[in-house]
Amino acid sequence: MTLARHLAAAAAAAVVIALISVQLGSYRDYQIAEVAAYVIAVAGLTVLIGLSGQISVGNGAFMALGAYATALLQLRVPWLPAHLGGWSIVVIFLISVVVTAAGGAVVGVAAARLRGPYLAGATLLLAVAFPAAVADRYAGVFGGDQGLGVTVTTPAALGPAFPPTRWLTWLTCAAALAGLVLLANLARSRVGRSWRALRDDEVAAALSGINVARLRVLAFVVSAASAGLGGSLLAVVSSIVSPGAYTLSLSIGLLTAAVIGGLGSLLGAVWGSLLLALIPGYLSNVATSHGGRLFGLPSGATSFVPIAAYGVVLIVVMLAFPSGIQGGLRRLFGPVAPVAAGPLARLARRGRRAPAGLPASRHGLAAARHRGSGPRGDDRRGQAGEPSRRSGRRHARTRDTHQRQSEHQEEGTR
Amino acid sequence: MRTPHKALGAVVVLTSAAMALAACSSSPSTKKSSGALTASAPGITATTITIGSHQPLTGPAAPGYSEIAPASNAYFQYVNAHGGIYGRKIIYKYLDDGYNPTNTSTVVHQLVLRDNVYAIFNGLGTPTHLAVVSYLNSQKVPDVFVASGCECWNQPSLYPETFGWQLDYVREGKILGRYIEQHFKGKKIGYFYQNDEFGQDGVKGLGYEIPKSQVVARETYVPTDVKIGPAVAALKAAGAQVVVSFSIPAFTALLKLNALGLNYNPTLVVSDVGSDPITLAGLLNAFAKKSGSFGSSLINGIITDGYLPSLGDTSNPWIQLFKKVHDQYDAKAPLDGNVLYGEAVAYTFVQAMFKAGKNPTRQDLINALNAGNFPQGPSVAPFAYSATDHNGMTGAYIGIIKNGVIVPQGGVLVTDDSPTGPVTAYTTPQPAPPASGIPSP
Repeated sequence: MTLARHLAAAAAAAVVIALISVQLGSYRDYQIAEVAAYVIAVAGLTVLIGLSGQISVGNGAFMALGAYATALLQLRVPWLPAHLGGWSIVVIFLISVVVTAAGGAVVGVAAARLRGPYLAGATLLLAVAFPAAVADRYAGVFGGDQGLGVTVTTPAALGPAFPPTRWLTWLTCAAALAGLVLLANLARSRVGRSWRALRDDEVAAALSGINVARLRVLAFVVSAASAGLGGSLLAVVSSIVSPGAYTLSLSIGLLTAAVIGGLGSLLGAVWGSLLLALIPGYLSNVATSHGGRLFGLPSGATSFVPIAAYGVVLIVVMLAFPSGIQGGLRRLFGPVAPVAAGPLARLARRGRRAPAGLPASRHGLAAARHRGSGPRGDDRRGQAGEPSRRSGRRHARTRDTHQRQSEHQEEGTR
Repeated sequence: MRTPHKALGAVVVLTSAAMALAACSSSPSTKKSSGALTASAPGITATTITIGSHQPLTGPAAPGYSEIAPASNAYFQYVNAHGGIYGRKIIYKYLDDGYNPTNTSTVVHQLVLRDNVYAIFNGLGTPTHLAVVSYLNSQKVPDVFVASGCECWNQPSLYPETFGWQLDYVREGKILGRYIEQHFKGKKIGYFYQNDEFGQDGVKGLGYEIPKSQVVARETYVPTDVKIGPAVAALKAAGAQVVVSFSIPAFTALLKLNALGLNYNPTLVVSDVGSDPITLAGLLNAFAKKSGSFGSSLINGIITDGYLPSLGDTSNPWIQLFKKVHDQYDAKAPLDGNVLYGEAVAYTFVQAMFKAGKNPTRQDLINALNAGNFPQGPSVAPFAYSATDHNGMTGAYIGIIKNGVIVPQGGVLVTDDSPTGPVTAYTTPQPAPPASGIPSP
């Protein structure tokens, strides 16, 4: 039932995107394709952080893994295009996702032992070291800084006059939509509900029979696989895989996109990705049309304005909508009570163990146990339900004091 | 069950975003031409020719190279102010790719798909341009005068739209290699090069001339990693008395400084693209936090080659022309090898556009170059262009840096890119530019 609804929604979106892409110029098509690649990567990250309560600052490395897998499969396995023609890319996507999922499992096993800032630090290492160091160390395989080329052939069935960029858009959007449907289903499944229970209170979750370690690793696997698909899509969009695309700033960009969009929300991932993909390009175009200068800065400094602007947007969104754009939209238009504490605040509390005992997590656990008949465990409900499961004492406090309090508690446990 | 839906929502957002994009996009308007000039190709209107480029305005290759596109633009402005190309003005859009191949792909898609450029002109860098060369050819966008001497541009059957311009690195390696072989007989030689097709092509050319037994070390760098200390130490440990460097300016400067730090002073032979004296002196001062003559004194004696007239030769009519244009349109930049390069390649482009005809299609530009017998212009040696050869210049002179300028040593040498083709003297004097400074049709 859920699956059918998701599929119907995705099919409707696919039709609309297909119709729109025919109307658009090639460059807009190209940008949609780029956004689609980011959407799935950010969606994977937002599930990891917002649902399972773990953090990764290294998902750019998983994107690189997926992208390199795609390029290498295309270069080194001529069997695929020879037998499958233009459709071999779909098989390549699938294999790339499996490869990154395996990578995610390895990292996830290590990550399951780490918490909060330590987990962030460990995954940060991945983002810093992985793409550049590996690609340059084994330049013979990965092509060094120059990277590897990726090509996409438009299926012959579409005719010779079919614009290649439109095919690119269709391909990437279809893949991203497929990924989103899977994530949406997962988030609403027993696994998703267990993740929320885990996020809200690990000890309580463990006591009620949830296999904490396995679920934590699984979250990493899902997030890595999504990033891998995003990397694969980005590879075909930019027709090249090189370490310069998978820098630390990409990993940070994914994280900020997830936060700006609203952690735990797939819709938020779309908003965040739009900002991630379009703001820098828009601003550098403005700079170019002003003769390479903005705000009277020298041209060298102007090239950093897009990054600075991204930071400004992040600050403004966080001030106006602490729970991200999607949280803000919910607050403005949604029928339910405002979100009390965003997943970030929960993340900040992760360091300490079982603060309020079992009752703190009643909602999430109930959701996990009921398997659909009781509260849905849907993220929106989960967030909305949060105030109710907090004692009135906490509920009355402002976010600031709340945060400070949790910091004090954290210090106390050290 | 009323459950607002995540996937459904995501879908709505995706589609509304696409619609928003649709609203912003505009279709290029083609003006109805009056008179003989027509909008004969994408990027060409009755009054303008729009071309694009990717350039390292920031990043590791920016020092020096970021001056090239503004210098080209200065020459285009000069042409625009003096009648343009058959009356059309050139609009030159160059976007920053930070010498990062992924950015190159993005900005070139933007230039082709959104800005609808007629051609990509002088896209800078080997690793960067390799990211877009097949895309440009699949879209049939002329990809002329790539700012890189990689042999990869000379594949007319695979890349019919792509043409090199500067002396390719294999020929350059041969010309430098022959000089080394003649002047440093029996000496131990070390190679230091960028670990991509730029450096590898150069080393290939060197290998055609320098006996293998003389080469004691081969060290590489990647442009994103400035820690080249171990590589320089290895050159010293191998006892290399001559170090041949196929490097971008920043890494030539780092090589010199690292060697200085190790009290190691080999004879340096540097590829043209990494040896501009003014750029190097500035970089050395900046890296070592020194001022004054520190940098310029360090680079005295570096051996290199030149394929454009030497800036020190102030009586040369080409230098006079380019200095005049520089002083008028690009005076803020120092008149150095990069500015000379930018203006010279712009001159060649104007020549090609005049040859392509009054209302050129994209193919007309390619045909004009494939026709061969392309005028030499600012190059000291003839161009190789033909239907079967998309390499650019065929020769250069050897020069030694003295007091901030490259002083030519002997005449122009020409060769081919084969392993056995000889390096021979080219004695035909270089034709002077027309008095107007603009090539005639």
